[in-house]
Amino acid sequence: MAPGFDQLSDHDYQDEEDNIDFSDLKERYDVRMEEGLDTFVVIDGLPIVNEDQKPRLIKFLLKRLNTVGRIKDGEESIFMPMSDAGQSEGFAFVEYQTPEQAVAATKQLHGTALDKKHTLAVNKLTDIEKYGREGRIDEQYAAPVIEPFADKEHLRSWLFDPSARDQFAMFRGDNVGVFWNNKRDNPEPIVDRKHWTQLFVAWSPLGTYLASVHQQGVQLWGGASFKRIKQFPHPFVSLMEFSPGEKYLTTWSNQPIVVEEGKGPLTIDEEGKHIVIWDIETGKPLRSFVAHDLAQTVGPDGVAPIKPKVQWPAFKWSADEKFVARMKPGESISVYETPRMNLLDKTSVKIDGLVDFEWAPATTQREGVKTYEQLLCFWTPEMGSNPAKVTLMAFPTKEIVRTRNLFNVTDAKLHWQSDAKFICVKVDRHSKSKKSLATNLEIFRIKEKGVPVEVVDSLKDTVINFAWEPKGDRFVLITAGEAVAGSNVLPKTAVSFFAPEKIKGAGTGAFKHVRTFDKKNSNGIYWSPRGRFVVVATVSVQQHSDLDFYDLDYEGDKPESDAALAANLMLMNTEDHYGVTDVEWDPTGRYVTTSASVWTHQMENGFRLWTFYGQLLSENPTEKFKQFLWRPRPPTLLSKEEQRNIRRTLREYSKEFDELDKEMEEGANAAVIEARRRLYQEWYSWVREEKERLREDREELGLPDPEEELKLQRTRSADVDSEKVVEEVVEEVIEETEEIIS
Amino acid sequence: MRPILMKGHERPLTFLKYNRDGDLLFSCAKDHTPTVWYADNGDRLGTYRGHNGAVWSCDVSRHSTRLITGSADQTAKLWDVKTGKELFTFRFDAPARSVDLAIGDHLAVITTDSFMGNMPTAQVKRIAEDLQDQTEESALVISGITGRINRAVWGPGNRTIITAGEDATIRIWDSETGKLLKESDKEVGHQKAISSLSKSLDWSHFLTGSLDKSAKLWDARTLTLIKTYVTERPVNAVDISPTLDHVVIGGGQDAMNVTMTDRRAGKFEAKFFHKILEEEIGGVKGHFGPINALAFNPDGRSFSSGGEDGYVRLHHFDPEYFNIKM
Repeated sequence: MAPGFDQLSDHDYQDEEDNIDFSDLKERYDVRMEEGLDTFVVIDGLPIVNEDQKPRLIKFLLKRLNTVGRIKDGEESIFMPMSDAGQSEGFAFVEYQTPEQAVAATKQLHGTALDKKHTLAVNKLTDIEKYGREGRIDEQYAAPVIEPFADKEHLRSWLFDPSARDQFAMFRGDNVGVFWNNKRDNPEPIVDRKHWTQLFVAWSPLGTYLASVHQQGVQLWGGASFKRIKQFPHPFVSLMEFSPGEKYLTTWSNQPIVVEEGKGPLTIDEEGKHIVIWDIETGKPLRSFVAHDLAQTVGPDGVAPIKPKVQWPAFKWSADEKFVARMKPGESISVYETPRMNLLDKTSVKIDGLVDFEWAPATTQREGVKTYEQLLCFWTPEMGSNPAKVTLMAFPTKEIVRTRNLFNVTDAKLHWQSDAKFICVKVDRHSKSKKSLATNLEIFRIKEKGVPVEVVDSLKDTVINFAWEPKGDRFVLITAGEAVAGSNVLPKTAVSFFAPEKIKGAGTGAFKHVRTFDKKNSNGIYWSPRGRFVVVATVSVQQHSDLDFYDLDYEGDKPESDAALAANLMLMNTEDHYGVTDVEWDPTGRYVTTSASVWTHQMENGFRLWTFYGQLLSENPTEKFKQFLWRPRPPTLLSKEEQRNIRRTLREYSKEFDELDKEMEEGANAAVIEARRRLYQEWYSWVREEKERLREDREELGLPDPEEELKLQRTRSADVDSEKVVEEVVEEVIEETEEIIS
Repeated sequence: MRPILMKGHERPLTFLKYNRDGDLLFSCAKDHTPTVWYADNGDRLGTYRGHNGAVWSCDVSRHSTRLITGSADQTAKLWDVKTGKELFTFRFDAPARSVDLAIGDHLAVITTDSFMGNMPTAQVKRIAEDLQDQTEESALVISGITGRINRAVWGPGNRTIITAGEDATIRIWDSETGKLLKESDKEVGHQKAISSLSKSLDWSHFLTGSLDKSAKLWDARTLTLIKTYVTERPVNAVDISPTLDHVVIGGGQDAMNVTMTDRRAGKFEAKFFHKILEEEIGGVKGHFGPINALAFNPDGRSFSSGGEDGYVRLHHFDPEYFNIKM
């Protein structure tokens, strides 16, 4: 299947554009812009007036029209034709100053009421010309043809796999393929297409779509055979993101959009914008935005400005996709309501010095709060004599739920737990002299009354990484010692585990330190999506590439010291994957892949598959390997009760699966044996034939048989010694004495 | 299997050769001095001094009396194995790359590189029993190949000469007339320069290693591809086990890049494959540079490897090696 707008290479983008069949879109969006008439609108539905009443109507109308733009020359620019009978015809031509204002008028005034009896119909003059011209409209009403229903492929077909295998997408060289994971055996390809994407691929958060990114825009693919589902033509797009429920898509390009009218669904509204939020269902833009100017920071040497980093994701979604927010660093957060994309309460939330914000990743239900709310957390640094502040705000009420003041803050990071039960604010603090750094963890307990804050401040070193257990209440962090100045050896790191104390009844006890593993080089934390297991790895570091597999609910004996904690920590395995750059868990938490991508370095590109406890299943060195992505799974549809039931009867299920595994293995073994037998047969028949020919040849030439000779030689040497012994004579001077004989 | 480290060369190894009895090992390196070792314990027996450039390859006569070497100093030399005395010098107008003695030791095929506008050639020289009769005349000159010929060997019964080199093509020539008989298939053949070539004991098939990260087994008569062994490194050296259905493949990352990466990244292992099943059996680590030369002892009980690091490593197989079941 030809991959849509991407057969084009980067160079001849212009000429090859003609090869794409946009005719269907062209037809739909065909708008001809006529020079000079774009500022005109036609207003219909006006009351019929006579000459005397006309000026009053015009004046009244003018007031209304000026709410969306400026009429060019005041009353002069409203032309209301009169009939021979001295009565108006019920419509007027109006000229605005700019075409944009004219467009705004059609958008905002069309269909609004003038008074009780009259409703305005505001259209662009060019549109009237285009659609209303003689011959364009049939006198007879023709019912629109309804396209016959075309059966679409099931978008979740991959979940029906009888052995519940998972899929993954792999991008290497110019090819992108989707495969079934077959444990130890080679992955089974589903599709493998050349030039499927230009930049990268991404799965949607629930796994329904696979997105490919091209110079011309983003395409979504899905269904059993990965057919194209939607196109989002955003020229020169370089970043994209799905909303958590995959209803919306955000795309970003560093080049402002230049709209070519009549090509695709982009309209004049998108002109000059950088970011577009799309509705995935319809494939149309919901709203577009200009990127905020990035503050130019001057580099430390005072000359070269540091290239400002793009703030991404630019738009952050609330858990239920009802709100989407963007911040202007240092100033405000703008929250928009979907699907209308109107600014909530028509104003942004002003926050002086705003640095970062995060939505709660789940819809929260605080104790004692009955109404619907989405929580958002943001922080501001110290400004003048004001302390730094972490604030929790509820939407749509914009009510402040909790604030906390902090001092001596150099940086803070916000880490929500996946159920929004906690948020941990990792605060890097400097001492008064600003020389040494230390880290505090401020953990807000969202679900408890009054949102109490627990502080973990027993950390002496700076924390370089932090991660909550998904759906759990434990966390892992990595601390790093101070780097030795002038040395390019990275400081050693330590991995610390924290778990809550066991308490009676519901709720979560105080967070306590479980154990620390020091003298490590680790820098990445990768929790199993199901919790309990965690891989701590050293990624993208040249000298080291360790993988440590931990279990937090080890089923063996628990050390006395941990008796009061809700965890039994065990380091299950330590492995190594040279040059590892990425670690990915499969969505079920059964497998881990580690990969080395050519995007980071050129050495030993490829991926390895491990079990969750760190047993190597397969090594797959792949040239020009770029990306490995497991296909996410949507959340389970089983109720809590059903899940518990399954857990209880797990033993029976596992028996079944063991049987299946065994059967498969035996089948595979038989196949292998068969294949080998065939190979041996082929080889030996060929060798026999060839040997005969060579023997004849040799006899003709009178040469000895090298194999016979070798055999002879071997028997000779075997007579001497059946097992060869290699002797090594080492002379050693034990003592040296010197005597002078006189 | 504790290897014996033989440190006698100051520069990267280029070639290793056992004599037919398997008691002597000859090594060539870029340091001008071919060396002979006891194949049992790795003691150095002697050296052959006289070359004035890197020595690229060597061959030893059936009764271990004479050694022939090819060198970058534009000569190939005949030596007396026992005394180390230089017997005769063949002079060329280009570096001599590969040398191979025919059955009976009366003929040798020597390849020369392209140099100063000369095309690469493969030349057949007569080797006289009596040194008095030895001449420099070529009995046959094969030319018309573009790109260096890295290896030229005699085919079954001295009837053909097999060449392989930088143009990734294997060719079979008539050793009498110098006519090109066969050329390897471009589709199934190697995609990059062929670095090494090794014959089976009975000369019925041979193995080639290439920088395209694979080694291929060919029928020596028909030049049909029989097997392919895929590795993840450029292949510099190959050999076929004389006793078991095994082949060994060595190589590694380009020598130019070695110092820039971790030792583990280099893939400096010697890899063993099952000859018939094309499956990997195991690997022997140790070198800290690419492997340039590999040779099985004719008795099949040991093998040695020579590396860019200047070491020869002599490995005696453990008893378990002979019991590997596939």
